[in-house]
Amino acid sequence: MSSNSFVYNEQSGGGEAAELGQEATATISPAGAFGLFSSDLKKNEDLKQMLESSKDSAKLDAMKRIVGMIAKGKNASELFPAVVKNVASKNIEIKKLVYVYLVRYAEEQQDLALLSISTFQRALKDPNQLIRASALRVLSSIRVPIIVPIMMLAIKEASADLSPYVRKNAAHAIQKLYSLDPEQKEMLIEVIEKLLRDKSTLVAGSVVMAFEEVCPDRIDLIHKNYRKLCNLLVDVEEWGQVVIIHMLTRYARTQFVSPWKEDGGLEDNEKSFYESDDEQKEKTDRRKKPYAMDPDHRLLIRNTKPLLQSRNAAVVMAVAQLYWHISPKSETGIISKSLVRLLRSNREVQYIVLQNIATMSIQRKGIFEPYLKSFYVRSTDPTMIKTLKLEILTNLANEANISTLLREFQTYVKSQDKQFAAATIQTIGRCAANISEVADTCLNGLVCLLSNRDEIVVAESVVVIKKLLQMQPAQHGEIIKHMGKLLDSITVPVARASILWLIGENCERVPKIAPDVLRKMAKSFTSEDDLVKLQILNLGAKLYLTNSKQTKLLTQYVLNLGKYDQNYDIRDRTRFIRQLIVPNEKSGALSKYAKKIFLAQKPAPLLESPFKDREHFQLGTLSHTLNIKASGYLELSNWPEVAPDPSVRNVEVIELAKEWTPAGKAKKENPSKKFYSESEEEEDSSDSGSDSESESGSESGDDGASSEDTSEDSEDSSNEQESENGSVAEDKAATKRNPETKGESDSEDGEKKNKKSQTSDSSNVESSSIEESSSESESQSENESESRKVTKEKEKKLKQDRISLTKDVSLLDLDDFNPISTPVALPTPVLSPSLIADLEGLNLSTSSSVISVSTPVFVPVKTHVLLHRMSGKGLAAHYFFPRQPCIFGDKMVSVQITLENTSDQKIENIHIGGKKLPIGMQMHIFNPIDSLEPKGSITVSMGIDFCDSTQTASFQLCTKDNCFNVNIQPPIGELLLPVAMSEKDFKKEQGMLTGMNETSATIITAPQNFTPSVILQKVVNVANMGAVPSGQDKIHRFAAKTVHSGSLMLVTVELKEEGSTAQLIINTEKTVIGSVLLRELKPVLSQG
Amino acid sequence: MIHSLFLINCSGDIFLEKHWKSVVSQSVCDYFFEAQEKAADVENVPPVISTPHHYLISIYRDKLFFVSVIQTEVPPLFVIEFLHRVADTFQDYFGECSEAAIKDNVVIVYELLEEMLDNGFPLATESNILKELIKPPTILRSVVNSITGSSNVGDTLPTGQLSNIPWRRAGVKYTNNEAYFDVIEEIDAIIDKSGSTVFAEIQGVIDACIKLSGMPDLSLSFMNPRLLDDVSFHPCIRFKRWESERVLSFIPPDGNFRLISYRVSSQNLVAIPVYVKHSISFKENSSCGRFDITIGPKQNMGKTIEGITVTVHMPKVVLNMSLTPAQGSYTFDPVTKVLTWDVGKITPQKLPSLKGLVNLQSGAPKPEENPSLNIQFKIQQLAISGLKVNRLDMYGEKYKPFKGVKYVTKAGKFQVRT
Repeated sequence: MSSNSFVYNEQSGGGEAAELGQEATATISPAGAFGLFSSDLKKNEDLKQMLESSKDSAKLDAMKRIVGMIAKGKNASELFPAVVKNVASKNIEIKKLVYVYLVRYAEEQQDLALLSISTFQRALKDPNQLIRASALRVLSSIRVPIIVPIMMLAIKEASADLSPYVRKNAAHAIQKLYSLDPEQKEMLIEVIEKLLRDKSTLVAGSVVMAFEEVCPDRIDLIHKNYRKLCNLLVDVEEWGQVVIIHMLTRYARTQFVSPWKEDGGLEDNEKSFYESDDEQKEKTDRRKKPYAMDPDHRLLIRNTKPLLQSRNAAVVMAVAQLYWHISPKSETGIISKSLVRLLRSNREVQYIVLQNIATMSIQRKGIFEPYLKSFYVRSTDPTMIKTLKLEILTNLANEANISTLLREFQTYVKSQDKQFAAATIQTIGRCAANISEVADTCLNGLVCLLSNRDEIVVAESVVVIKKLLQMQPAQHGEIIKHMGKLLDSITVPVARASILWLIGENCERVPKIAPDVLRKMAKSFTSEDDLVKLQILNLGAKLYLTNSKQTKLLTQYVLNLGKYDQNYDIRDRTRFIRQLIVPNEKSGALSKYAKKIFLAQKPAPLLESPFKDREHFQLGTLSHTLNIKASGYLELSNWPEVAPDPSVRNVEVIELAKEWTPAGKAKKENPSKKFYSESEEEEDSSDSGSDSESESGSESGDDGASSEDTSEDSEDSSNEQESENGSVAEDKAATKRNPETKGESDSEDGEKKNKKSQTSDSSNVESSSIEESSSESESQSENESESRKVTKEKEKKLKQDRISLTKDVSLLDLDDFNPISTPVALPTPVLSPSLIADLEGLNLSTSSSVISVSTPVFVPVKTHVLLHRMSGKGLAAHYFFPRQPCIFGDKMVSVQITLENTSDQKIENIHIGGKKLPIGMQMHIFNPIDSLEPKGSITVSMGIDFCDSTQTASFQLCTKDNCFNVNIQPPIGELLLPVAMSEKDFKKEQGMLTGMNETSATIITAPQNFTPSVILQKVVNVANMGAVPSGQDKIHRFAAKTVHSGSLMLVTVELKEEGSTAQLIINTEKTVIGSVLLRELKPVLSQG
Repeated sequence: MIHSLFLINCSGDIFLEKHWKSVVSQSVCDYFFEAQEKAADVENVPPVISTPHHYLISIYRDKLFFVSVIQTEVPPLFVIEFLHRVADTFQDYFGECSEAAIKDNVVIVYELLEEMLDNGFPLATESNILKELIKPPTILRSVVNSITGSSNVGDTLPTGQLSNIPWRRAGVKYTNNEAYFDVIEEIDAIIDKSGSTVFAEIQGVIDACIKLSGMPDLSLSFMNPRLLDDVSFHPCIRFKRWESERVLSFIPPDGNFRLISYRVSSQNLVAIPVYVKHSISFKENSSCGRFDITIGPKQNMGKTIEGITVTVHMPKVVLNMSLTPAQGSYTFDPVTKVLTWDVGKITPQKLPSLKGLVNLQSGAPKPEENPSLNIQFKIQQLAISGLKVNRLDMYGEKYKPFKGVKYVTKAGKFQVRT
């Protein structure tokens, strides 16, 4: 219990009294006070010795004591040199405590702190992610400006770290560096941009926090990550959720058009008490001008809804404010239930939540009305909670519930908590003012309260009655008389002043009492409060004007008293009144109007909620709570008139590389993966697919950083890829893309500048880019080749794998491969020279027994019609099989669909609707496409697991308005993946697949059709097979495996002597597929 | 976000401070003390205070103030919720969240605070993760540590921190595998003078104590899930499963935790298990009054009502009370004017009552309002809403766990106006 004992030591020794004094005043600098005590000095000596000892336990003890000192707020800075030496300690606990110390004192001892930097720099390279992370944490926390460059470097490195935990810490470090040196902003924004692309839920919250602190105005950085953030939201840790939701609220307010009715906004809602009214209005409005919610807007609202069920009050509040600020009015209602739930929580939570409900209930009573009783006050509630509840009850009061409420208020008025009772009286006043039906009842009730024993209650009642009477200048002479009598007993100045004012104002209605009151007040004038004195003067003036006969002398007496009063306000007022009402030669023209001036109709005061003025603050913020603009508060902008271009949020689907990435996630059916969004997976899967880890090379530089690396494998491979296949390809890719992206962002900027011509502009930009893409896909030029590049890289990897596997690489004659490669290159410029080289590499290993998937030898350009433009109402869809291993699942066949808009209108929200798949078949759908411009086209990829059958996959291709039933039936040849194997292996495998597993046919055709190249071309045209190098001229072998089950499919074409006949043999376990393939190959090979 | 944290005890001593950014002087707490003075009652100290350069957000827990210093805009609930989480963690680690416990374990407290926040932004708040990073103190461990010099700081990153189930630590092993659930329902009610119910509502929680090895995947189903109106979940619960099937499916954290809290839909009439007959009167112009209350069972569903306590905040003018309880014992604190009557069980044969005289300050006007009675009670083996757990299934692990469900109904904020 060493840690315990020292604390006690501390307290008993070292002059506790001095410490206490120090804390109480907190003005003496702790350092000064500390040094005065010799015992303390000694103790520090002994700490130093312990720190220098060779034993870890002594050091640890010393560090614990030092941390104890820090915790108490005592100065331990003079130990700095001794402590800093231990920064490299092997003992993890000592190290941690040294870190604590360093972070506390480094700012004061900058030079010495520098000694520790190298240790951290070393630790940043540690294989243990926890150590890397904590080194970064401390390095970024020590606030020594000299090391800013080192920090910058460390952050950059850490942001590309494989561990998401380290990247999270990097995001935190960004804020620290920014506060240390704001000049690094630009560089930091780059890092933020990079981290925003991160797919890890661990990083998301922290980087958004950094974004909010460093560059909250760079909303453009969010566009591309918007959908990802929405989809990740439920899986982010709760603190991150709060930050992200607040940020997305702001984002939504700048990017989407208002879902509220046009002329409305917030203000006019006061009139509509009931939700149904609201909805109706909305409906009528909608008829006037159709409003369609942006799907992204809807996405945010939908994805945040489950979070209302969070156990964390901050998250619930964040969602509530999001709904309040951005959802359509008719949907806001659901938040009330959750907010009311929070009222069961701690006092502090209640306080904040009630405040927010108070603001909301001013504008929309409807949503909280069903929970009226939840706001009933208990006598044990703290006063601040009581007043807030009362406020809400007042806001919710209406004709229907007012009688219940008034009964409830009766209890409150009698409360022992007088402050609360007073607040209740005000409330009753407000109810009376707002609901005319009960005005009289309230007034009577309040009058009854006038006879209350408690003065505060009476005074408050007087004030409220005064306001009420002013509102209805009806015949309330009785009440006024009653109040006049009260003047004898009541002492609270505000109440007295109120009564006087009331009598003065109504002096003609109570002609008998008024002069008498003035008489009494004149007597006590000198002892009254200033406030009352002013009202006495007023009363005098008014009476003088109306009833000068009786009161002339009295008034003059009062005016004389006022003239010599101590308070200059009163002297001032006296002078002013005298000039006005007492006619003499000096008085000007004004005195003619004296009566009009004093007895004018005064407008009744508006009894308003004190929360009225808070509504311009975003709910749930500190500023809202304090009703002051807190530093760093970010205004919620008004909805834009016209929505900015929604396409900025599109994550390019055309960019195949991105589409391709997910593999890992989709494959692994990890039940714990997505708790909230399990069933949503399907609809979002393509989304999350493109969002999730990207290991492909085309992401170029930041590859390592953005890949999520949950699985070690992908980590390794991407690593390998990066390091091995060289920067050349990457650089190429990068340079290729860069101008593109630059152009894009430029055009974005341009758009922003000229907002008026925006729509036309943006459509131009978009359509042009789509045209580009369509032309690309037609000619299979740039874009395609880019995708090739990716495959290439994969091949390279395969190749490398293989090379590493095979020990004895025998170099074969390259000539052998020319016949193979030439026809391959012939049909399309698909294969770049380097690919041929790759193929060569692939086939080098003859003696290897490895059977592995190789790249397709040939990819047919043949497309199949999915949806004809006539039946698709302008939407045409074609599909073709790119023969790539599918990234969505290794049992899937990848299918590329080109969607084309042949109509002259924009087609919106293209997505896949219902699926009708045979049992076992699976499909990975593409991301919904927001809109397709006229004449535009877009290519998306999907994955379908056909289960090695030629059954049709039927599904619906939907647009915003229509649904079309479409089918994909795969040609048998597309259910295969080419396999590279040696001749020896081929023969071995073939030997095992005889008998029932063998089908054969004889082909007769002209001899010129039996040249090796022609055969190859024909076979690969029909089926996705790989050629097996053959030692014999007359025998051609092809190998593949089925996509789903991975069964081998071996095709042999054996030429007969005469030259015009050949034997076609297919060996496979899957006899059905084998025979179908045979049927398809036979006519093709027979043809001329 | 959160700049600094000060822990202040009831007598106004700052006994711990922790800064996550540059150091903020203790003198900032003066603003807090000022507000505290103004509020008179600790309950009334505003949670958010604005000072010229900072904002102070505080919570009051277990006679301690946790005062955090904020410099820029932040959702106040974020900070409040976090501070409560800190207090929960202390409670979890040291068994109590008191000044003594914190002072005794100041190093662990410091290490915890260091892990929980980085630069003012929460880093690790799940108790399962924290316990892997920093081992909770036990007597055995501190003895061992002092001999061997080993530490209670973990040196690897807890797997939970990176996994998708951050709430569960890895490698859990028990010889006895058990899963217990406590269904606790509280009745919040306001009963008016005449005995009719002004407002009543049932709030419930299910607390779980799960000691299961490995990675169990549990699903808990109810006989009548429709009763649950508004539910909030521990993050481990799969929301979609609940939405579609009304089944709680989850991989639990290890140890004690709150699985869900819920509100029973307000359409159902709430059965009020007790009634109170009361007659409290203060005579005009005399220095005494009468006090007479009787408690009886009502709609108790055949279960005994136990643990009854009545707390009354008497008006300020009450000097003393001389009462005779028919059952249990009572105390009256003349300083705080709180009367507590510990009743115990209700036996229907002889209803518990408390009668006697109230001494008032002479000369003072009689109190206008009778005090309201706050009642606590407990009914074992009953969930007043009728909620019943149907079954608990476990997937993912081979062994057979021992399962148990307990039902309790309690009075929540149960107030009788007189």
